[in-house]
Amino acid sequence: MAFRKKSATPPPPPPPPRTLFEKIWDNHVVHRQDDGTCVLYIDRHLVHEVTSPQAFEGLRMAGRQLRRPDATIAVADHNTPTTTGPMDEESRIQVETLEKNVADFHVPYFGMDDPRRGIVHVIGPEQGLTLPGMTIVCGDSHTSTHGAMGALAFGIGTSEVEHVLATQTLIQKPAKNMRVAVEGVLPLGVTAKDVILAIIGKLGTAGGTGYVIEYAGRAIRDLTMEGRMTVCNMSIEAGARAGLIAPDEATFQYLEGRPYAPKGGAWDLALSQWRRLPSDKGAHFDMQLDLNASDIPPMVTWGTSPQDALPITDVVPDPANAPDENMREAWTRSLAYMGLTPGTKLVDVPIDRVFIGSCTNGRIEDLRAAAEIARGRKVASNVSAMVVPGSGLVKAEAEREGLDKIFIEAGFEWRLQGCSMCLAMNADRIEPGQRCASTSNRNFEGRQGRGGRTHLLSPAMAAAAAIKGTLADVRDFQ
Amino acid sequence: MEKFNTLRGVAAPMPMVNIDTDMIIPKNFLKTIKRTGLKDGLFYEMRWTADGQKKDFILDQPAYKDAKVIVAGPNFGCGSSREHAPWALLDFGIRCIISEGFADIFYNNCFKNGILPIKMPKEIIDKLMDDASRGSNAVLEIDLEKQEIKGPDGGTVHFEIDPFRKKCLLEGLDDIGLTLEKKSDIDDFEKKQRAAQPWLHAAE
Ligand code: SF4
Repeated sequence: MAFRKKSATPPPPPPPPRTLFEKIWDNHVVHRQDDGTCVLYIDRHLVHEVTSPQAFEGLRMAGRQLRRPDATIAVADHNTPTTTGPMDEESRIQVETLEKNVADFHVPYFGMDDPRRGIVHVIGPEQGLTLPGMTIVCGDSHTSTHGAMGALAFGIGTSEVEHVLATQTLIQKPAKNMRVAVEGVLPLGVTAKDVILAIIGKLGTAGGTGYVIEYAGRAIRDLTMEGRMTVCNMSIEAGARAGLIAPDEATFQYLEGRPYAPKGGAWDLALSQWRRLPSDKGAHFDMQLDLNASDIPPMVTWGTSPQDALPITDVVPDPANAPDENMREAWTRSLAYMGLTPGTKLVDVPIDRVFIGSCTNGRIEDLRAAAEIARGRKVASNVSAMVVPGSGLVKAEAEREGLDKIFIEAGFEWRLQGCSMCLAMNADRIEPGQRCASTSNRNFEGRQGRGGRTHLLSPAMAAAAAIKGTLADVRDFQ
Repeated sequence: MEKFNTLRGVAAPMPMVNIDTDMIIPKNFLKTIKRTGLKDGLFYEMRWTADGQKKDFILDQPAYKDAKVIVAGPNFGCGSSREHAPWALLDFGIRCIISEGFADIFYNNCFKNGILPIKMPKEIIDKLMDDASRGSNAVLEIDLEKQEIKGPDGGTVHFEIDPFRKKCLLEGLDDIGLTLEKKSDIDDFEKKQRAAQPWLHAAE
């Protein structure tokens, strides 16, 4: 009887193929409204000193509790000093406020003297706090970095920080899906930073708006985890909500044994689930962008938007050749701000400062790449250069490998970990009119200090610029 | 959060593309632990020279000093997640921004603070930019319920907005309160997740 009944109903259709993003999303929907608005569960919440005080204050005022202290982690990074000197008054108050908040709400905290302290997006993966398939948020737009582990990670504002603290969820509508495939093999001297600058150059700063980008293709798979983090980190500079990469053996190898990664039986169980995360064959993407790795040269930005990226062999562009009126105005304004003349060879642009660090390029592999160029050479006399490790553990590892000595002998300053001159909230900043070769992620007007001029590039390119005293082609140093 | 029903006010034109959050509120104003008092930092580097002289920034011109609306170039609010950007705009008195497009996080942050960001196609922006250039006559009326903008010459245009976001603005709803009403759903989700992905939860 039961058998006949069963055979009367046709077998259920196979589930439709889904993307990595869709799988993570579906796994975290707590509640879905008819219009598609979801209450989305958040697995990990990273908290730092600058965007959290008002959120904790809101919680207190409403008499609300922190729902999941064990899913939350706090650290001070944005305005902490990179020297042993004292902090300015306002920064000190912000750090003390964070310390009071984490104590009151029992949030795990890497304190100022904790060797694990560092940039929030460096320590997440480093500690195994960032795992495949997770939803991760932080009151910082570069949270997309964590997508390199195959997590859905995005930045939120302070009101949403408060929302996550109180409910461990967010109210969200699903983003559209874009696939950016970089096939082939990267040429010598070309790094993850050049790849993402090339992608942003193609998409433009608003090209990714409303999308989550999945990076795929041989050149992406061939990147180390550090390189993948660099790529995902700058997704936001293309306007994308998040960037992610399917987890694979390299991901698992990187994570295994990290302090907060699952252990033993839990690791095996996690692994079996993580292996099912990659996008299914035939899954639908709303947009597709294809690049050939062999076409990507070492890149550098010339203007005040990350989309203003060009091959280092190129020249400063002429606004007369801008694609439309809006861009013509934007280029003209950029060039005036940057103090550049159309037609100047990029390799002839003199620089004053070099900054190697940030959540884009402050990891051990980045410091190794820069040290490789700096080894046995000297920073040009017109340049002041600094290296700021992304975390205390990166710093310790670099020192174990003797990278600090290479840098110091070459004339770089070797600093304490933190965000530093990426956003210049602490004492590290460039002076008006100074020009900086920087491994960070934003070249906006005033980003590294009022009137400061920023050129974004890879760590090896930054080191090469420091030695030559002008922007430089790293391939001349290899 | 303050409700948003209708708004009548001067609209200031800011045709620049990619007005980023670092321009809207530079980092030195992020060291506050409060949400208020940020208007002094709004567009600081565009309003003041390095040696403390006032530049003739649009929002400081007599015609626009009480502006409640900004008509902006495309990709407004790109860059960081700092909610200090909408806080500073709100503190100055801006309750509505009209642009061809906004960066996602900034767009989201506006709604959490009772600011209405309106997306419009280029032709309409061009027209509104023109309206906004008429100094203190550049008065726009925005009716959220009807989803209409009325220009100084009486013509109206319709705008689109997500119905849920509209409702939250109209009623000044507290998101957190809304979500907490679903507490049992969250409890259920957590229970299931703890069983399926025990490593995401601290040992009991
Ligand atoms: S290093 Fe720069 S981009 Fe990264 S979190 Fe710090 S300030 Fe933000």
